[in-house]
Amino acid sequence: MARKLSEMEAERIKRKNLANWLLSMPALLLLLFAASGPLLIVIFYSFLTPGNYGGIVWEFSGDAWFKVLFSQDIFDDTISLSDAHLSIFWRSVQLSFLTTLICLILGFPTAYFIATRPPKTRNIWLFLITIPFWTNLLIRTFAILELIRNKGVVNNSLISLGIINEPINMLYTDMAIVIGMTYVYLPLMVLPIYAAMERFDFRYVEAGFDLYASRFKVMWRIILPIIKPGVIAGSILVFVPSLGAYVTPRILGGGKNLMIGNLIELQFGQGKNWPLGAALAVTMLLIVLLALIFYMRISQRSEQKDAQ
Amino acid sequence: MLNRLFWKKREFSVTYQFGFATIALICFFALYAPITTLVFYSFNAGNNLMLWEGFSFHWYVEASKNELVQEAAMRSLIIAVCASLISTLVATMAALGTTRTAPFKGQKLIFIMINQPLMVPEIVTAVALLIFFAIIKTFTNYYGLGYLITAHAAFCVPFAYLPIKARLDGMDLSMETAAGDLYATPFVVFRRITLPLLWPGILAGAMLSFVISLDDVIITEFVKTAGQDTLPTYMLGQLRRVITPEINAISSVLLAVSLVVVTIFFLFTRKRY
Repeated sequence: MARKLSEMEAERIKRKNLANWLLSMPALLLLLFAASGPLLIVIFYSFLTPGNYGGIVWEFSGDAWFKVLFSQDIFDDTISLSDAHLSIFWRSVQLSFLTTLICLILGFPTAYFIATRPPKTRNIWLFLITIPFWTNLLIRTFAILELIRNKGVVNNSLISLGIINEPINMLYTDMAIVIGMTYVYLPLMVLPIYAAMERFDFRYVEAGFDLYASRFKVMWRIILPIIKPGVIAGSILVFVPSLGAYVTPRILGGGKNLMIGNLIELQFGQGKNWPLGAALAVTMLLIVLLALIFYMRISQRSEQKDAQ
Repeated sequence: MLNRLFWKKREFSVTYQFGFATIALICFFALYAPITTLVFYSFNAGNNLMLWEGFSFHWYVEASKNELVQEAAMRSLIIAVCASLISTLVATMAALGTTRTAPFKGQKLIFIMINQPLMVPEIVTAVALLIFFAIIKTFTNYYGLGYLITAHAAFCVPFAYLPIKARLDGMDLSMETAAGDLYATPFVVFRRITLPLLWPGILAGAMLSFVISLDDVIITEFVKTAGQDTLPTYMLGQLRRVITPEINAISSVLLAVSLVVVTIFFLFTRKRY
């Protein structure tokens, strides 16, 4: 009898698992068709030969991957590191890093501020942070464009206040891209830090003060170490989309200040090199994956610490 | 100075940190000033972007008379409605399959698959879809809106899934078990108990995916065939030309839509204290 019961239980679990899979299947098929599956095709494409008028020829070639890093001189066939690609990669990483840093410096105090409000007003502050998060990225970038252009509000008011005589040329520079990305991705930094802060127990801080810690020391030695997972989550959430940014550098960087996203797009026009574009896209994906793995490693380690 | 307003100095405040309130308020100001300026200039009478020539609805009228804008708005709406319906439906099913159950084989894989659009940079997905749909187009000769709807539905899935899952996580199985004990069939239990309790989560998921689809630029820009502009890609195209406050007017309308939807969402999912 006991054996039969356990068999019935096993049968029940099996059926439940099957039901779970069946319920998840439509979502998985949709994502496989229009998200994950096409990524595999991109990897495949990066090993093909470019066609003459865009598109591809079905012939294996490692050329695209070679071109990601190296360039061949058209006159004497000497092979050198591809300065154009490398500098765009390096610039993208630098700009994304700078954006993340500024977002952190601005976002941490903001999240702290929201989390230390009384519960009733806290929701309102939180709402104010979420609103820009859900509004159109293109529109927010456009708003920055209007502000910082040569005849924009910022320059006009600085001139009328007599602080400067000539408009500061901000648009179409790296600085414009960093301002734009910081503006667009700041909520992504604030929200995870806030989530970590909300659960923070201020009795630790009281204990610190009892032991004669200064305010700075309390922040540095008590609050920050406990909030660290939130800070890292926020940094990743800002760094990853910054690295993949396409709209912001296109609008605020003009035609010349490219980032990886724009470089990828350039390869997909008429008569362009699709396999190279595919290889660049895979490269970006790899960098992002590395960042995510790094994040998971760290958050797992802090979870283990908590468990001990 | 500002800190004094938010942290009482009379008694010793545990949470006070020097300068934090100032930075926070600067952030809030910086987040809203650009959008406010943009909306403000949409009411400009003149056709210069930054020279204020008096209040008027001129550019709203102009935008609504522009046939390209009308078509793009209609297309945006069709895509967003279809995509949010599809993604909410599949996300609800997936959420029912992956929450309130003992851990099962492949559960992690399902999570990763569903959240994949959040992790992969949009430009990579856009390029991937461009290549994939180009292949399908040569085989089927179909060039309709179906591609855009499918693509939008796919990247909206995680946004629909998260609020529904959150709602389910907060519901225990006792009601369903009780109904089962009273001889309700599984269908009746679902129809009369699970669904009504889950409804706010489903609505929240649908609204989020609607907003996300309405706002999408990158994937739409790559997947659309010629003449399939949505409002955001139309605006992106216009930004290359001489910009008139018409763009401000369209932006303001889109902002208003997002604001209304997100406010409703916020009221739906608010934690009560």
